[in-house]
Amino acid sequence: MSTTSVDAHGHSNNHAGHGYGDNNQLYVHFHRDDYGSKFGMWLFLFTEVLLFGGLFVLYYGYRIAYPHDYHNAAMELNIVMGAVNTLVLLTSSLTMVLSIVALRRKSIKTSLFYLIVTFGFGATFCVNKYFEWSAKIHHGIFPGSMELRETRPAGEVVFFGLYYLMTGLHTFHVIVGMVVMVFCFIFIRTGTINSDKYIVLENAGLYWHLVDLIWIFLFPLFYLLH
Amino acid sequence: MNNTTNTNYTNFYQVKTKHKGLLAWLLTTDHKRIGIMYLISILSFFLVGLTFAFLMRLEMLTPGPTIVDAQTYNSFFTLHGMIMVFLFIIPGIPAVFGNFFLPLQIGAEDVAFPRLNLFSYHLYLTGAFLALYSLIFQTHIDTGWTFYVPYSLRTGTDVTLPLMAAFILGFSSILTGLNFVTTCHRMRVKGMKMFEMPLFTWALYSTAWIQVVATPIIGITIVLVLLERSFGFGIFDPTIGGDPVLYQHLFWIYSHPAVYIMAIPAFGVISDIIATFSRKSVFGYKVMAYSTIAIAFIGYVVWAHHMFTSGMSDTARTVFSFLTFFVAIPTGVKVFNWVATLWRGTIVLSSPMLMALSAIFLFSIGGLTGLHLGSISTDIHLHDTYFVIAHFHYVIIGGILSMFIAAMHFWFPKMFGKMHNEKVAKIGVVLYFIGANVLYFPMFIMGYMGMPRRYFDYLPEFQIYHVISTVGSWILIASILLMFTNLLIAIFKGKPVGSNPWGAKTLEWTMPSPPPLLNFIETPVPSHDPYDYHGHDERNFEDVKYIENKENDIINQENS
Repeated sequence: MSTTSVDAHGHSNNHAGHGYGDNNQLYVHFHRDDYGSKFGMWLFLFTEVLLFGGLFVLYYGYRIAYPHDYHNAAMELNIVMGAVNTLVLLTSSLTMVLSIVALRRKSIKTSLFYLIVTFGFGATFCVNKYFEWSAKIHHGIFPGSMELRETRPAGEVVFFGLYYLMTGLHTFHVIVGMVVMVFCFIFIRTGTINSDKYIVLENAGLYWHLVDLIWIFLFPLFYLLH
Repeated sequence: MNNTTNTNYTNFYQVKTKHKGLLAWLLTTDHKRIGIMYLISILSFFLVGLTFAFLMRLEMLTPGPTIVDAQTYNSFFTLHGMIMVFLFIIPGIPAVFGNFFLPLQIGAEDVAFPRLNLFSYHLYLTGAFLALYSLIFQTHIDTGWTFYVPYSLRTGTDVTLPLMAAFILGFSSILTGLNFVTTCHRMRVKGMKMFEMPLFTWALYSTAWIQVVATPIIGITIVLVLLERSFGFGIFDPTIGGDPVLYQHLFWIYSHPAVYIMAIPAFGVISDIIATFSRKSVFGYKVMAYSTIAIAFIGYVVWAHHMFTSGMSDTARTVFSFLTFFVAIPTGVKVFNWVATLWRGTIVLSSPMLMALSAIFLFSIGGLTGLHLGSISTDIHLHDTYFVIAHFHYVIIGGILSMFIAAMHFWFPKMFGKMHNEKVAKIGVVLYFIGANVLYFPMFIMGYMGMPRRYFDYLPEFQIYHVISTVGSWILIASILLMFTNLLIAIFKGKPVGSNPWGAKTLEWTMPSPPPLLNFIETPVPSHDPYDYHGHDERNFEDVKYIENKENDIINQENS
């Protein structure tokens, strides 16, 4: 949206402007409402919580059905790996906020620097996850494997099924967040996102915090609860 | 009131944009054009679904094979269910009339996120084509629209593509919901409070919340079935530790609220139509708004009444049965308030009004028979019989499809700037009412006698009911085609109308028809009651006369 700034803080602006495009032909509706954008983003995050909510319900349902199998299976997960990833994601949330603050204070270089750091943390998380998963797969533990189907009790099959599903879906969200960061990086460079109009970066930050938050629940549920 | 035809402006059909031809439509962010595109696509898919319904009823005319074999019949009811539920009735009213009229009713220039709105439409189209492609060109899916595991995991037919389609359609639904909630909060014209919005807008608002809150659950459930089918995760497959009943829970956590995604907008349409043609404010406006929210909220916690026979504890069944009865209260409030609105009103029996009155009657039958299914003891007897089909279709055909058609007639002059032939439309409505009853009432009886749903064959004693029902389907389809043709002709040959042919009071009637690009020529000033018909008796009579004159004009025109 290549509109001139209507007004900086969207808290009370409930008006919209008419926009003139090429040939001075009235054809597009310009409307800037930062509060509204954030409102929409929160609703979207709400749907994300519910998406994972369905999986948490399944996790809990099967936990009641197979308490011992869950216990045994959880013993096999690597707590160190999980803890490192928790630390990485928590720190990345901090650097994301620092990037937004820097942008608001008009220091674009610092903002870009912190954005790259956040991206790096995201990448670290994925690499870590890659090694964790490959170790498991190397031991023959993956959905549909002979090892799981023939030697493990039903509860462990379900546990590892959910483990791959929930951490997999979460890692997918991490990757999506990193792609969004690349776009933010480009937009800050081109000035589309600037110290006056930083709502896109702020929404990206909100999304990133949600990714972080979901991991905070996944970590204890899978790694710590023996 | 300004009823003169204003030609001094460019309406949204005539506006020149960056793109030419079809792209001017497919890449538009104008909510009105998106609404029209939804109307065209949704009606096309509806006609496909209708064809399958017609073929199914024809097959049931005699016991044993009549026109197709059993396996084809299985895919017929799956196709009918999938197309009607996911492509027609769930997006239905919100996508078409919500997109077109939500911004108009609250005095906005567009929805809050116009580009997201276009994206929703493209997702819808992608999902629809994926579904149609797989339904028509792949081995015909036979799971029913509910995709119950473990059958959907084992069946040799292609379940993957239709499931992906349902996932994409769900995404489209979420984004539309998110957009509408934000629009209602942020885009209302200055001076309009939440409790001064028209009830159709209130209905869209509540529906949008259900779309946001319920749809993610079906999304994740579909992903689980897909992964289970391809990798064997063991979540739902009982042979490797999973539990199929959990699938049913997750499925109905979405699909029961989905029934309210279908129904609540229809309630909103009834409220607006009844107020307009009774020339009265809706009886108990605030209660109506609250009951809309209440239905949305309670509707979210009743899902397990679909599973009384699936294996649940008695406590759970009792609680869900109680909650199910509880939904009847706000719904009953609505029915009584509609009837109370009619009381001492200046009633104009236009085609939308006739349809709304028939909808109240048919919907009440559908709603009251729902109580038989909500109470555990009777449900054990009636579960999975034609009684359920009859109940469901009385609600959907009687209450929702009819309101979709009524909305088409009610807002037709605004959308196209032309008036349809009211006489033909009224004949259509009467035929529709007769057809729906002839088609579905025998199903209550045979369901009660034990005719199970989804069966290809039946005992000879049920034949008489099946024959009556099939004849009813012909009447119903004829009435639908009659009304659609009437509207289609009116687009080209209808008489041009001014801004407010029905004499309605909500904001969408203050602009010329069809609306200009950014809707309002001047920023509208909302009144504190969206249905402010007080103290305008004389004008009311003028309205009635106006419509009658209009009808006579049309009749004269045809005779000459």
